[in-house]
Amino acid sequence: MSEITENNVSTGWSPRIIAFFCNWCTYTAADLAGVSRMKYASNVRIIRVMCSGRIDPQFVLEAFAKGADGVLVGGCHPNDCHYVEGNYKMLRRYRLLQRMLSDMGIEPERFRLEWISAAEGDKVKHVVNDMVEKLTKLGPLALDQKQKDWDKEVQSLEDDVHAQQQEGAVAHA
Amino acid sequence: MLPQKHEPIRIGFYVCHCGVNIASMIDVEAVARYAAKLPNVAISRNYKYMCSDPGQELIQQDIADHRLNRIVVAACSPLLHEHTFRKATAAAGLNPYYFQMVNIREHNSWVHTNREEATRKAMAQVRAAIYRVPLHKPLEVKKVPINPNVLIVGGGIAGIHAALLLANAGKQVYLVEREPTVGGHMAKFDKTFPTLDCAMCVLSPKMAAVGNHPNITLWTYSEVAKVDGYVGNYKVTVRRKPRYIIEDLCTGCQECVDNCIYKEPKFPDTFNLGLSKRKPVYLPFPQAVPPVVIIDPETCIELKTGKCKKTCVEACGDRKAIDLKQKEELREIEVGTIIIATGFKTFDPRRTPYYGYGVYPNVLTSLEVERFLNASGPTGGELVLNNGQKPKRVAIVHCVGSRDENTNKWCSRVCCLYSLKLAHLIKERTEAEVYNFYIDIRAPGKSMEEFYTRVCEEGVQMIRGKVADVYPDTSNGSNGRLIVQAEDTLMSRILKVPVDMVVLSVGLEPHADTEQVRRMFNMSCSAEGWFLERHPKLAPVSTFTDGIFLAGCCQGPKDIPDSVAQAGAAAAEAFSLMDKGHIEQEPNTAYVLEEECSGCKSCIPLCPYTAISFLEDKKKAYINEALCKGCGTCVGSCPSGSIVQNLFEDEEVFREIEGLLEPVA
Repeated sequence: MSEITENNVSTGWSPRIIAFFCNWCTYTAADLAGVSRMKYASNVRIIRVMCSGRIDPQFVLEAFAKGADGVLVGGCHPNDCHYVEGNYKMLRRYRLLQRMLSDMGIEPERFRLEWISAAEGDKVKHVVNDMVEKLTKLGPLALDQKQKDWDKEVQSLEDDVHAQQQEGAVAHA
Repeated sequence: MLPQKHEPIRIGFYVCHCGVNIASMIDVEAVARYAAKLPNVAISRNYKYMCSDPGQELIQQDIADHRLNRIVVAACSPLLHEHTFRKATAAAGLNPYYFQMVNIREHNSWVHTNREEATRKAMAQVRAAIYRVPLHKPLEVKKVPINPNVLIVGGGIAGIHAALLLANAGKQVYLVEREPTVGGHMAKFDKTFPTLDCAMCVLSPKMAAVGNHPNITLWTYSEVAKVDGYVGNYKVTVRRKPRYIIEDLCTGCQECVDNCIYKEPKFPDTFNLGLSKRKPVYLPFPQAVPPVVIIDPETCIELKTGKCKKTCVEACGDRKAIDLKQKEELREIEVGTIIIATGFKTFDPRRTPYYGYGVYPNVLTSLEVERFLNASGPTGGELVLNNGQKPKRVAIVHCVGSRDENTNKWCSRVCCLYSLKLAHLIKERTEAEVYNFYIDIRAPGKSMEEFYTRVCEEGVQMIRGKVADVYPDTSNGSNGRLIVQAEDTLMSRILKVPVDMVVLSVGLEPHADTEQVRRMFNMSCSAEGWFLERHPKLAPVSTFTDGIFLAGCCQGPKDIPDSVAQAGAAAAEAFSLMDKGHIEQEPNTAYVLEEECSGCKSCIPLCPYTAISFLEDKKKAYINEALCKGCGTCVGSCPSGSIVQNLFEDEEVFREIEGLLEPVA
């Protein structure tokens, strides 16, 4: 696999990914990838939490709002959670949040949940590289542009309503 | 120094070179210069080895000289050295939780290849910590009392050794073994390499000691059914399968065996791998511990049909040790630590059909040959062909189910040497010509190479080549001989060696139920299925679950000396944890902000430890700190944001996100 690097040579842009990894499985897997000197794209920045169940939907939204192009969540495999079932709680939130994000026009590829055990250093590598590749194709999230578009949409809706009210007012008169 | 309110934040930042491990991929000086300009940073340094004594002293001196009240170190994984730096911080009088670690080695310099990008990423990581650390609160380590009892799962040589060490030190040990006797694989061996001392001679005194020790509760024919709790306070349910014998009453006289309704042994003897026969009531082997018989419900007429004359009960007489109505029992025990020593199983050579195991009667596994060579084995120590004659030519095939892309990729470590041992023993007992077919001879360790040389000098033929095929020799009618075909890679020629017997040196692999055991104890497995140690070098017998340790082959193939050494290490780890009397826990528990809690109760069913209750009088949720394990699931779910997790507060994570994503100025 060709080396994926942070800078896309042609555009100067490359995705930024915030990863939330649970302390017991995925964070440890990322440590293992390091100890095994596996190489992966440097676009990912990891935040350690004790359990994927700790990940508040607001963390994900905040990451997108602050400029992340993708958010990756890593937890223990089903049935392997150090805290019994925190990963299932995250799975539920993930499903709900994914629907909410798509309503907001954020592509599903930008938010990813992966089960990576402490022994799967190579999976960290593959998931990160794969995500970087997909997001590079997808381009920047450009949330501020999206916000402007939403504002425009809301404005035109408001204008419509306003115009209708005006018409109504004329008709009544 | 007591933390004071409104005291200005003064961060000390340190970036470690880790020799060249970090410095070769990250411009540490640039990172230090960058950090110096970030808000609240009072001092920013780079140093060759932060974890060394001078590195730690540097932090302590700076805390005193520069009135630092927050410390950030960018170095390796917090799972490795967070503890070190917290201790250093505390030694200087600062609360240890005013420290934050940045992982720029495992998560950066070791996994990236572009120095410029790695440096930029390091700066972002550092910024996240520097943004986060001002929000840190002084916290107290949680101290929890530890139960001084220990559970050892598996009664092979590793489990036995660990049990004796801990019991001798005065700890109460529960030793649980699945089979009806302790001893494990070692009890099946004849001699051990490289010293050729008799396996049972060195093992049986230890087995007997385990059976007699006042501090050891030995439960054979039992399995762990359930594990609850956490380090220091595990609650374990053990299933004691019925052996239809009251252990305390049985004297091991075996009169019941003599008087069984079956006059002759009729059923495959599992201890002898089915090479001999036994009755439905039997003693697994003469030195079994406990020296108590067992009745097999699959073959006992009474247990199957209820229509036996029960001559065994009659023979037992007044001892009344036979209880044919015995039921499975569940026993609950409380222990502080657990040692897993569940061992291995041997590779089933039916998976390599080209070697003809199960097709040709004179193709045997190495373990079967061990039983033949053993004086208490099926033939009283004679190695014979299925026609009862001694073999004249024997081939030993190395690496069956090891170092093979199609079966198991790993080297099973013991096969080379036990193959050499078997070659020596076969030659000694039968005077047969012995051919060893090997890929490489791996004989590391004390006296191993010398043993290899000795066996070669005894005239054992060593052929470097992997065996491709075993088939019947039809050249001279059906003489029962087999042809072993291999390429001698040193001579570059195909060999077809006619032999009477083929011994397959089978490799070691994890038990079939490894996955269930792993789940029950909340451990991890390597890709191969061996239980995973916490750190391959520095925590080789610890697991990722505190208070659970590994010994012997369940962690990976190893020989007897290594298993015993590891069992000693596991016992020492367990002992050091228990003897302290208490354990220190991360204060990462959650608490409810009462004034903000709306009393919606949505957190209560989420807690797997039932640590959250509802205060009916106040209509608020309440978290019992002693029960909280600090996962933070309730925190992530609280709709009003009124649960806070220490060390992982919402605001701290938000600041981290901000720091990671802010463009480098």
